[in-house]
Amino acid sequence: MDRDTIRTMLRDMLRARAFEEAAAQAYAQGEIAGFLHLYPGEEAVAVGVLHAAEPGDYVVSTYREHVHALVRGIPAAAIFAELLGKKTGVSGGMGGSMHLFDRERRFLGGYAIVGETFPIALGAAYAVAYRQLPEAVLCFFGDGAVNQGTFHESLNMAALWRLPILFVCENNRYQIGTEIHRHSAVTEIYKRACGYGIPAEKVDGMDVLAVHEATRRALARVRAGEGPQFLEMETYRFRGHSMADPGSYRPTVEVQAYEANDPIAATLRGVEFHYPSADELGSGHDCIQGFCDHCCQEGHLDEAALARLRQEVADEIAAARDFARQSPAPSMDDAWAALLRNRRYDRLFEEQAP
Amino acid sequence: MAELSYWQAILRAHDEEMARDPLVFAMGEDIGVAGGTYKATTGLYAKYGEKRVMDTPISENSYTGIGVGAAMLGCRPIVEIMSVNFAWLAMDQLMNNAAKIHYMSGGRIRCPLVLRLPGGTAHQLGAQHSARMEKVFMGVPGLRVVTPSSPRDAYGLLKSAVRCDDPVVIIEHEAMYNLKGEVPDDEHFTPLEGSEVVRPGKDLTLFAYNISVHWALAAAERLAKEQGVEAEVVDLRALKPLDRTGIAASVRKTHRAIVVEEDEAAVGVGAEVIAILNEECFFELDAAPVRVHARDVPTPYNRRLEKASIPNADDVVAAARKLLGR
Repeated sequence: MDRDTIRTMLRDMLRARAFEEAAAQAYAQGEIAGFLHLYPGEEAVAVGVLHAAEPGDYVVSTYREHVHALVRGIPAAAIFAELLGKKTGVSGGMGGSMHLFDRERRFLGGYAIVGETFPIALGAAYAVAYRQLPEAVLCFFGDGAVNQGTFHESLNMAALWRLPILFVCENNRYQIGTEIHRHSAVTEIYKRACGYGIPAEKVDGMDVLAVHEATRRALARVRAGEGPQFLEMETYRFRGHSMADPGSYRPTVEVQAYEANDPIAATLRGVEFHYPSADELGSGHDCIQGFCDHCCQEGHLDEAALARLRQEVADEIAAARDFARQSPAPSMDDAWAALLRNRRYDRLFEEQAP
Repeated sequence: MAELSYWQAILRAHDEEMARDPLVFAMGEDIGVAGGTYKATTGLYAKYGEKRVMDTPISENSYTGIGVGAAMLGCRPIVEIMSVNFAWLAMDQLMNNAAKIHYMSGGRIRCPLVLRLPGGTAHQLGAQHSARMEKVFMGVPGLRVVTPSSPRDAYGLLKSAVRCDDPVVIIEHEAMYNLKGEVPDDEHFTPLEGSEVVRPGKDLTLFAYNISVHWALAAAERLAKEQGVEAEVVDLRALKPLDRTGIAASVRKTHRAIVVEEDEAAVGVGAEVIAILNEECFFELDAAPVRVHARDVPTPYNRRLEKASIPNADDVVAAARKLLGR
């Protein structure tokens, strides 16, 4: 994989973490109400999957969808404004944290009812196949969602009709507060897809490169007309289910073990320059010395670039939050417009009128 | 003008809309190869092929959701749920998604889904196949609910529903599919809003919808012959939104109102119509409005009890005489 792609993915992971931490802060300060489900810990999944997808692909997400929206290209400011219920929000302030929609970026929504997204994604895939379009549909869901009837109904129809859909299970091991061994008879989620003849694979969801590669391969099969594909991403959320949930049901050692495997830190290890020691620099042949010098230069650039990147991300998220704060609230007229805007039907009867 | 049965009128609307717009497709249980439980999609599978007339697995919630998702991408799905009773299984997709996506997206993503629901008390189908569920749908912001009482409206309402960008629930009646009536040969659209005076009168108004329009018309006929009473019959037709203006206008003329419904009274159409009368024209009323409605019991299987559990023209006549003090 080329360095630019790795850097872009790293940038998005940093943006994702910074956005969610800023949202948590805004929630703590009372600027965001309702439920707020945050994504820290799972960044490698959204970033790896969405960077392997095409811009024309459709995305159906859950209530933990800020990062999917952000990585999809929806401006941080429009998402933040939505969290604050402002008119400038991506859903006009009518959706809130759990209902981000963006027609242009083919982001078909965040949904608050677990499992109801399978049919929506399937319908999008049906429309893509029906209209003979080249796109695929990406359907994100958690390990808890596979216990809904819609999961089985939808996997059956997806396989039956060979629809162009990639199911991405973000298995963070907890269905709200219930650990996977206590909510699922089969804890290897990907095996459930095999019951419908859907090719399925388990992926290290903390490794963004592994996620990217698995997604790339799966989407190639979708686009080749091989029908639905299924990826189980093994991941972990560092926070509770929502801001209302301290996550106290999880053993501290478990949380610490996963935090030690932070996907952002892991990615940073891949790109951060290892400074050669004086001994290393002082030994060896000229060609080694030359290579070390070159790396040192690269490393210097990397180090500075990384600092710049962190600063840029911090500035972007701070600006997004400021924009959201300063944006106007929607009016009741805006709410009516969101509900009733329906020009095509009105035109029909205008045309019919004498 | 051709005389068509209710099912033929629905079939004609399907056929015209599918021929006109390649984005219109139909989906449901047994609607394709088998032609539909009530024949409303007969021949379409052969004419338009499998993708446009799709037989689904018995997965009501998910195939209703497929309609929602496809509608979000610009398709115009007509989803048939074989019996309205099975719509309980599809409530999440209907109530949480179809009704709300347009709003939750700030009005930016439309959901032009048409849902066709055969319902009502037919022929001893038992408590789980005889539901009237209009009261459930008409309480939900974001849905439109219409219900045709004639082949003409069955055709015109489906045509309008397909062209509408809102999700539209069409409640048909299993006992009316063979009902014949005139349908104009020219293409026409029945508005998804507003009621229709199907028999003018001056002494009282009978509000009805779907099959109860026929009970009200039969009762009005008898009231005219036997009592010299001129009852106005208003076909409500659109249940969401209800026609506040039309409802009040009729009662301003007749000053008395009866709502005739096949459904149980509680939390229903009659309750809403009477609330509208209270709000719009209370002082025009010469008598307290009443409801003629089903007994509050799961629909009995036994034929005699089934009939007794829902109203008929006799009940309407009796209620009218009582209201008029005759």
